[in-house]
Amino acid sequence: MITDPVQVDKISGQTTTGHEWDGIRELNTPLPRWWLYLFYLTIAFSVVYWMVYPSWPLVSSYAPGLFGTTNRGLVAADIAAGQAARAQMAGGLEKATVDQIAADPKLLEIALAEGKAAFGDNCTPCHGSGGQGQPGYPNLTAGRWLWGGTLDQIQTTITHGIRADDPDTHTSAMPAFGKDGILKPEEIREVVSYVRTIDKLEPEPGVDVAAGKKIFADNCVACHGEDGKGNTDMGSANLTTKVWQYGSDIKDLTSTVTYARNSTMPAWGKRLDPVTIKSLAVYVHSLGGGK
Amino acid sequence: MTIGAEEIYDDGPLYAAAKKVYPQKVSGTYRRLKWIALWIALGVYYILPFVRWNRGPNAPSQAVLVDIPHSRFYAFFIELWPQEVYYFTGLLILAALILFLSNALFGRVWCGYACPQTVWTDLFLFIERVIEGDRRERIKLDEAHWTADKITKRVAKHTAWLLIALFTGGAAMLYFVDAPTLLKEFFTLEAPFIAYLWAGILTFTTYSLAGHMREQVCLYMCPWPRIQAALTDNDALNVTYRFDRGEPRMSVKDAAKAHARGEPAGDCIDCMQCVAVCPTGVDIRKGSQMGCIQCGLCIDACDAVMTKIKRPIRLIAYDTDENRERRKRGEKNLYHLIRPRTLLYVAAIALTGGIMLYALLTRTNSHLSVLHVRAPLYTQTAEGGIRNGYTLRFSNKLSEPSDFALTVGGVPGVTMSSVVAEPLPDGRLGVRVDPDATLEVPVYVTTPPDATPGASTPITFTAVDAKTGERSVVVDHFFGP
Repeated sequence: MITDPVQVDKISGQTTTGHEWDGIRELNTPLPRWWLYLFYLTIAFSVVYWMVYPSWPLVSSYAPGLFGTTNRGLVAADIAAGQAARAQMAGGLEKATVDQIAADPKLLEIALAEGKAAFGDNCTPCHGSGGQGQPGYPNLTAGRWLWGGTLDQIQTTITHGIRADDPDTHTSAMPAFGKDGILKPEEIREVVSYVRTIDKLEPEPGVDVAAGKKIFADNCVACHGEDGKGNTDMGSANLTTKVWQYGSDIKDLTSTVTYARNSTMPAWGKRLDPVTIKSLAVYVHSLGGGK
Repeated sequence: MTIGAEEIYDDGPLYAAAKKVYPQKVSGTYRRLKWIALWIALGVYYILPFVRWNRGPNAPSQAVLVDIPHSRFYAFFIELWPQEVYYFTGLLILAALILFLSNALFGRVWCGYACPQTVWTDLFLFIERVIEGDRRERIKLDEAHWTADKITKRVAKHTAWLLIALFTGGAAMLYFVDAPTLLKEFFTLEAPFIAYLWAGILTFTTYSLAGHMREQVCLYMCPWPRIQAALTDNDALNVTYRFDRGEPRMSVKDAAKAHARGEPAGDCIDCMQCVAVCPTGVDIRKGSQMGCIQCGLCIDACDAVMTKIKRPIRLIAYDTDENRERRKRGEKNLYHLIRPRTLLYVAAIALTGGIMLYALLTRTNSHLSVLHVRAPLYTQTAEGGIRNGYTLRFSNKLSEPSDFALTVGGVPGVTMSSVVAEPLPDGRLGVRVDPDATLEVPVYVTTPPDATPGASTPITFTAVDAKTGERSVVVDHFFGP
C-alpha cells in the first residue's frame, strides 16, 4: 500500500523490497556502500573508455577515439616488435652460407623454425603443408629433384625461380612432341610404353616397346639421358624413380609427351629477404629429400 | 495495463551503510594462538625467499623461485616445467581436501587463524591500536573534530599501514627473481619497472583490504563463508555460544534475585564483551553465522568476564551442535573427531598425496615425445623405399648436457636420418641436449628399396641417456601404401 510502503518481514525482522511471489516477499538486503561506489566507478570507467577507444559508430565510419588507437595498429606494433626480436635471433643467419647454417646446431635450429614458418606462408599452396607436392607441383620430400637437391641448388632455385621473370632463372623447354607434329600419335604411344618400362611399370599391351626405345633414343636422350635418369643441370626429369610430378598413367604420360608441361615457380628473391630464403632452403633440404 | 498500488513502492536506500567495527583488545588462549599463527605466517612469507638451495652452476640457487622468463618453478629439490603443471593441480586438490578436513574437525580455523586477510588485518589492527588507542578511544577519535592530535594520529597510522603494505607487496616480488639482488636493486631504483608496478599494485591491495575493507572482504567478497555452510555438520567444532547455559541473560544482581525466587537464570550477563572484541562485528549469541570467522576471540573475552564474576569459563567455546542436544537430554559431552566424513577426507588426502609423492619420486630427468608427421603421412622416395617422418622432442632436466642414443625398432631393415642428430655406428642417432632444455629433432625413417611395409606397423623409438642410463620408450606407427 502506498500509505505504508515499508513492509517488515515478521520472522527475520528485516524490511522487504515489496516484490512478492506467491506470498513470498523478497527481503531487502542492500549491498554495502563501497560496492555501490565501485559500481559507479565502473560506469565512470566505461565513459572514459568510450572516449579513449573508437566506439561510436557514425553513418559511414566511426569516431576514432581520443588517441587514434586501433586494434590493427596495436597488432602492427606487436608484429614489428616480434620481427625486431626475431631479427636479433636470426642475426647469425645473415652472414653464414646455407652449408655453414646446416653444420651449426644453433643456427640450424633457428633456420628450421624460420623456414617452417616461411614455408607455411609462401610455399604450401603448391607444394603442400609438408612439402609433399600434388599433381603438377613437385614433391620436395622424395629426393627426386629437377634442378638439384643440394642446399646450394635449392637456394638458387628458390631465389631465381623456374621460368620466372629473372635473368638467372632456371629455364628448360621440352618440345610439345604431339602438338607440334614432331611425333605421330602411334609413336607417342610407343615411347610412352617404353618410358614406363624403364621405371619398371607395365607397358601398354600390344604396343611395340622396341620401337618406343628407338624413338626415345632419337628424341629424348639428349636431355633425359640414355638411361632416362635426367640431368639436374638442365632441369630434365629423372624418369626412373617412380616419383612422377604429372603422374605415370599412360594417359598422363601421353599428355605430357604430346603437349609438354614446362610449369613455373616465382623468383622468390624478389619477394623475400635473403635470410628467409636461406632458412627456406635449409628447411626444404631437411624434409627428407635433401642431397 | 495499469500500475497497481503495490508496484509503486519505495525500495529504501540503494546501499547499506557499513557499520564500522572497532574490535577491542583482548588477551587469552586463542589470542595467543592467533599471535603465534601470525608470526609463523609472516615469518615464512619473509624468510622463504632468502633460503638458498644449491642446484649447480646452470640453475638458480634460490630455494623457492617462480622463474617466469625461463618457465621454471623451483621448490627446494623439486623443479617443475610448464608441462608438469598438473603437480599444481594435485597441490590445489590437496589444499582443498585439507581445508575440508580442518573444517569438519574445527570449523573455520583457516578463516580465523591462517587466512592472509585475517593475518594482515590483525597486524593492521595492532598498529591502529598502538597509535590511536583501544576501541573506546578510536570511536571517540572518529567522532572528534579535526585537531592537530587527530591529524598526527591519522598520518602516523596511514604511514605505518602503507609501509607495511609496501613491504608486503615488495616481498611478493622476491619469489619471482633472485631475492637478494632484487632487494638491493629495489632500493637503489635499479629494479625492472614491472617489479615496481606489481609491488605498487600489491601495496594498494594490502593497504585497502587489510586497512579499510577488513570484515567486508569476508562478508561480501570471499566465497568460502558460503561454501562453509555446506561443509559443516553437527559434529564439527565451531565457536558456539552455549545458550543452554547462558539463557536467560541477566545481570549478576538480577540473577541472584532470580535464584532467590527459585527462577532460572543464565550465566550470560549481557556485557557485550564478545561483540566488542569481534573483528567482524557479529554477535555470536545469535548462533553460527556467515560473518563469524571463528577466531575464538569472543571465547577469550567471555572467559575473562566469567573468571571475574567467578562463574565457570567457556560459556562460549569450541563446541558442536550435537553436544548441545546431548546436554539438553542431560547427557555428557562427546566429541566425534573420528567419523566417516573425516576418515573419508583423510583417505582422500592420503590418496592424493600418495599419488603426487609417487609421481615426484619416480619422475625421470629426461623425456622423449614423438609426433608423427601428418603431411605427408608417408613418402615414396626416389630410391624406392617408403619414408615416414617423425618430430621427436628430447627433454633434459639436468644442469649439464645430456647425450642420447636413439634406436628404432619394429619395422625390419629401416634406417634413420636427421639433419639435427649425429649418425652413430650401428645405425643409431646421437642427440645432444643442452642443460635444462628441450630439443626438437626431425627424424626420417626409411625402408630399404622395394620393401612393402603394411598400411600401419607399430614402431618403437628408444632413447638412452648415455650418462644416467635412463631409457625413454615411445611407441608410434609406421605408415605405408
